Amino acid sequence: MVEEVKLLGMWASPFSRRIELALKLKGIQYEYIEEDLKNKSPLLLKYNPVHRKVPVLVHNGKPVAESLVILEYIDETWKDNPLLPQDPGDRASARFWARFIDEKLSAAVRKVIMGEEREKALEEYFQLLKMLENELKDFFGGESLGYLDIAAMTVAFWFVNVQEVVGVEPLTEEKFPILDKWICKLQDMDVVNECRPPKEKLLPHMRAHVEASQSAPK
Amino acid sequence: MADEVVVLDTWASMFGMRVRIALAEKVIKYEYKEQDLKNKSELLLKMNPVHKKIPVLIHNGKPVCESLIIVQYIDEVWKDRCPLLPSDPYQRAQARFWADFVDAKVYPVSRRIWATKGEEQEAAKKEYFETYKILEGELGGKPYFGGETFGFVDIALITFYSWFYAYETFGNFSMEAECPKIIAWVKRCLQRESVAKTLPDQKKVLDFVVGLRKNLGLE
Repeated sequence: MVEEVKLLGMWASPFSRRIELALKLKGIQYEYIEEDLKNKSPLLLKYNPVHRKVPVLVHNGKPVAESLVILEYIDETWKDNPLLPQDPGDRASARFWARFIDEKLSAAVRKVIMGEEREKALEEYFQLLKMLENELKDFFGGESLGYLDIAAMTVAFWFVNVQEVVGVEPLTEEKFPILDKWICKLQDMDVVNECRPPKEKLLPHMRAHVEASQSAPK
Repeated sequence: MADEVVVLDTWASMFGMRVRIALAEKVIKYEYKEQDLKNKSELLLKMNPVHKKIPVLIHNGKPVCESLIIVQYIDEVWKDRCPLLPSDPYQRAQARFWADFVDAKVYPVSRRIWATKGEEQEAAKKEYFETYKILEGELGGKPYFGGETFGFVDIALITFYSWFYAYETFGNFSMEAECPKIIAWVKRCLQRESVAKTLPDQKKVLDFVVGLRKNLGLE
């Protein structure tokens, strides 16, 4: 049976880009459908009625939503080039740190954006980022890109940009040598570069987003 | 080799209960250590330095944190018995999606039922019923969220039942009246020893929530 794989995504969404990277790493052919999140398509509402968000992976007509759930689905369905480690303890650890990025680290970044007590918020963010850096070897996945590297792309290419947009101290090689080295390695990888929006396009987009959220009523 | 399993938890935590139900389903012996969250133990701070929260599973000295991650870990380590997640990847993805939904939607809105009052509480109630309507839709005519067998999503949600009496009391509603399908599912789950023996008495939870509300200045 011919596999039919579609990805409903959005070019600036780090969650959507995770799935593109996973599919490319596994060598899976897919049809990409760009969604306009201000004008959600009937297709998106049909495939993700609960959250109405991207990304959604549609495999032979059956939808899977939530980026981390999709990553595990891809790993379990296409078993070559495994993304998650084999050992249950290592798997639990990878899942823990991915959640950490999406919940705790993300909340800390939001606080930095909001601007209240920015110095304190930045310090808190750096403290949390250090915890994540301590998990890094060559890659989070060990010798090659894995599930947590894919999830952590958010840090490498989105959170890092927030620092630039908001005008705070950037992530320096001095402060985060291991993380910096990892980001440089990612920037050298074709497969990663194919899956991330160009900085010159992403920065203004993020700037607009940040401005909108700063002026939004609380 | 004997496995050493320790659980750091608090009796009223619906997250901790998930771990205890999973261990009971798999018939795994463990040592339970009740934690005082106002005075966190050295062990807890050592085993969960990032979040400093319960539950934590300590397996042969190594910690696993976050309740749904712990349940998946238990399922993967003790894979020879009583699977908690389905074997089909698509079904597994659905299970993970809905368990995530419980954490992302059910928990925060439930908290607002007892932790707020007036307009905020009314808004919370509306969202609460909408959330459970979605869950009833997902349950459909199945005996469990997992289908024919009790599984991951059932474990994720059933622990909230121990707090229903508190929600009903402070929100002034009846779950049986508002969400009958959910209550029917609850009764089915309660027939399982793992669930019946793990869930604390609802009145005890109510007293506990009264205490929480006092701390928030609501009583």
